[in-house]
Amino acid sequence: MAAAALLRRIPAARAPPTALMAARTISDSTAPLTIETSVPFTSHIVDPPSRDVTTTPAELLTFFRDMSLMRRMEIAADSLYKAKLIRGFCHLYDGQEAVAVGMEAAITRSDSIITAYRDHCIYLARGGDLVSAFAELMGRQAGCSRGKGGSMHFYKKDANFYGGHGIVGAQVPLGCGLAFAQKYRKEETATFALYGDGAANQGQLFEALNISALWKLPSILVCENNHYGMGTAEWRAAKSPAYYKRGDYVPGLKVDGMDVLAVKQACKFAKEHAVANGPIVLEMDTYRYHGHSMSDPGSTYRTRDEISGVRQVRIL
Amino acid sequence: MAAASSLHVAAPVATPRVGSSAGNRSASAARGVRVAAAGSGAARAGGRLVARAAVAAKENSPASAASKSDGHEVLLFEALREALIEEMKVDPTVCVFGEDVGHYGGSYKVTKGLAEMFGDLRVLDTPIAENSFTGMGVGAAMKGLRPVIEGMNMGFLLLAYNQISNNCGMLHYTSGGQFKIPVVIRGPGGVGRQLGAEHSQRLESYFQSIPGLQMVACSTPYNAKGLMKAAIRSENPVVLFEHVLLYNLKEKIPDEEYVLCLEEAEMVRPGEHVTILTYSRMRYHVMQAAKTLVNKGYDPEVIDIRSLKPFDLHTIGNSIKKTHRVLIVEECMRTGGIGASLRSAIIDNFWDYLDAPIMCLSSQDVPTPYAATLEDATVVQPAQIVAAVEQICR
Repeated sequence: MAAAALLRRIPAARAPPTALMAARTISDSTAPLTIETSVPFTSHIVDPPSRDVTTTPAELLTFFRDMSLMRRMEIAADSLYKAKLIRGFCHLYDGQEAVAVGMEAAITRSDSIITAYRDHCIYLARGGDLVSAFAELMGRQAGCSRGKGGSMHFYKKDANFYGGHGIVGAQVPLGCGLAFAQKYRKEETATFALYGDGAANQGQLFEALNISALWKLPSILVCENNHYGMGTAEWRAAKSPAYYKRGDYVPGLKVDGMDVLAVKQACKFAKEHAVANGPIVLEMDTYRYHGHSMSDPGSTYRTRDEISGVRQVRIL
Repeated sequence: MAAASSLHVAAPVATPRVGSSAGNRSASAARGVRVAAAGSGAARAGGRLVARAAVAAKENSPASAASKSDGHEVLLFEALREALIEEMKVDPTVCVFGEDVGHYGGSYKVTKGLAEMFGDLRVLDTPIAENSFTGMGVGAAMKGLRPVIEGMNMGFLLLAYNQISNNCGMLHYTSGGQFKIPVVIRGPGGVGRQLGAEHSQRLESYFQSIPGLQMVACSTPYNAKGLMKAAIRSENPVVLFEHVLLYNLKEKIPDEEYVLCLEEAEMVRPGEHVTILTYSRMRYHVMQAAKTLVNKGYDPEVIDIRSLKPFDLHTIGNSIKKTHRVLIVEECMRTGGIGASLRSAIIDNFWDYLDAPIMCLSSQDVPTPYAATLEDATVVQPAQIVAAVEQICR
């Protein structure tokens, strides 16, 4: 769905060979399927949702298209950066696509999402198109922020995507403010405030979580745990790397962030919980194949074997 | 807190509450938004009041000011409170965030009674977490609310500096104009009565460089109410600087609704010899010095610049073109202060009109001491202002 819209925006360089197209069968079936997640959910002071996720062949195909497109986009951004057409900081999301796609499948455009600087794919998931994404990366007026924001400042107001933030952790209080506005207006929607394992040690997160719990705001704090805060492994930065438990009095769920169906299930569960009861923490166990940013080779603090190992072993 | 005697507005010195706007009334009415104070008493006597965006002009003579039948007397904190109540009644998206603003009624009583009137969801008692509740205010503004964020003391907002600078100030720009951040960040600052170094801060110097932020400083009940209303209505993030020692100033303000222009300076005392530019509490030290100066035969023109960012160079420039001499009197520190920026702006724009170097009196670049005599020594006193004018006018 979203992927088809994205593809339409790209002027076709050449038409796909029709013979090959006829040979493929593409399923648009909406017959329900139930698939078990790769691993069960681990929870903190809440009963976890079921491992059985309902989906359809059509939905699975959109997942595949969306995630492939995101992967391609990030790889293309890598090449553009090396060609010096993208400058400054560029943080790539390849490996983490399932979080963006699974989350979007569980919610509506009336729910809000806010994230940090690894935001290209979330922008796409929220309905952003490739042209405005690349235009922004290359500093053109056609960019989603008119070329004034750059890689770290993608926003899409009409899709309730609030960016796109450079300072680690600062987006989480903003996200709780969005949740406050949702509650103020009695909207019955929730806000997903994404952050990384590095940002999880920021004090302002705990401040915002405290306020969210006190005021019962529909805030969902989503830790995209890719196990590295730039060059620092999580065990060196966090005394307790069980990020889903660090809400203390706030319930938490640990999710295989590279299993799109698990992400979808967890986000659906979280939204229902947040709208009814207040904040919840989700920890998405994921991995990034690139370094922290294009300035970081990503190999000085982890081995190439580890990276290729993850590629082979985990679904994504 | 009781107002010190040095802060009473001196009766013999005329203090017309006259704005300098040259904008014509009908255009303002057509905009239907805000009207600055009228240019002369004659307009007021003519009885022309624009409905709902009234003008309040006061005549020059103190006698007629005292005999005005309209209006009601308020203390400055009550004026701020009136503004908040009026705006919250009219616009349901206006809400207040801060420590002890709700059930306690506000540490300086600016929000007294608001929680009872508007409920806990509109007047929110936050935990002591400036960084996050300021960020939350900005996030709420991104989604269309209009939070008024209170720092119990302005100095505490240093903890929220990242949110104020990077998010509040910049999001409108970095999102390519998609988001507006119509927040008001307000609170008392300035040197009080032996409050100690950490509670005597003046943040206007630190915030002035933040792109995207607008700054105003109120100094009288009249301008406090008008500026608060304007700040709430503004689509831009506005920092409203109040002063710990000015909350109990008493003044008669109009019964009719009025809104002041955020970007305008206030002509406090017209004069011919020297332009004295000041703001907030120092206005009162300047007016006290003005009494002495008048007795010595000087005729200072006193302008309360009110708008700290951007400067009202129109009013300031007209004054300089008349007097050719400038003295800036401020309470912030000398280094990197508002005076430093104002001096630069004047030199850039009005160099040819100056007959003397611009003088700037600021607080000493030291942490504010606790002992009263030392504290007084770090802040500009009227005697220094008199001496400076004498020097400039030599």
